[in-house]
Amino acid sequence: MKTKWPLLLAAGVLFGAGLALSGMTNPGRVIGFLDITGHWDPSLAFVMGGALTTFAVGTAVWRRRRGSKGLFGDQLPTRDGVGPIDRSIVLGSVIFGIGWGISGFCPGPAIANLAALRPGALAFVPAMAVGALLARIGFGADQDEGS
Amino acid sequence: MIHSEYSFIDALAGGVLIGLGSLLAFLASGVIPGISGLFSRILRFPSAESVWRLVFFAGLLAGAGLLFASVDSASAYRPGSSLVGVAAAGLLVGFGTRLGGGCTSGHGVCGIGLGSRTSLVATVLFMASGIATVWLFRHLNIPLLK
Repeated sequence: MKTKWPLLLAAGVLFGAGLALSGMTNPGRVIGFLDITGHWDPSLAFVMGGALTTFAVGTAVWRRRRGSKGLFGDQLPTRDGVGPIDRSIVLGSVIFGIGWGISGFCPGPAIANLAALRPGALAFVPAMAVGALLARIGFGADQDEGS
Repeated sequence: MIHSEYSFIDALAGGVLIGLGSLLAFLASGVIPGISGLFSRILRFPSAESVWRLVFFAGLLAGAGLLFASVDSASAYRPGSSLVGVAAAGLLVGFGTRLGGGCTSGHGVCGIGLGSRTSLVATVLFMASGIATVWLFRHLNIPLLK
């Protein structure tokens, strides 16, 4: 199993470098995207478009050429792995959006900003851990072994 | 330090790197590598399942740190709200993403990328909610948060 660690390290480096390069580690820029009635900043749409297209094309090509298993023989999740729409997903997503709008942080950029020891990230990430534990312990979210 | 004016090319190139990182993590781990899910999983008893996630996060910090130190447009930073506001937002984001089963990467990039309708609905909802929240705080001008 240890052979997969270097690849996951590289995946993390790509992800973190991409977040920083994209400008999404700057909360002001994210809020600029969400502020559609103000001086709108479309950058986030380019970032998501680029990421989404790369991931969608990459997984589709992999599936066609190499089949349904990953690099180390794991069965790769399909869209059904996400599960059906239910009340938790609706409510959770709305609550997430409120926090995202207040801070300009979603989980990835907040964690990336720990690398610069930004006070905002140092306040946000522990609070995010508490929130995640609350959802798991108090509301039964996140019980499976999936992502 | 590389001096560069931020443009949509950076946004697009950064997005492609995020997509490549997600793709590599997906193929190597066999799980949908959403950041909120990976993060939540390390808040359990340590196991082989938490170690590879920690390795991924070590890479994420290294990659971001490298860019912060070398490209000035990458290190630009404007806080979204006061520290009290940010901490309250952290609680909401941690709670909401786990109740909702994913964040911007898990639903927005990977879930939609795999063709999940659930992820598309979740993404539309958290974007709409984020837009409404920014609008409200702009108009109410709440002193605690701004």
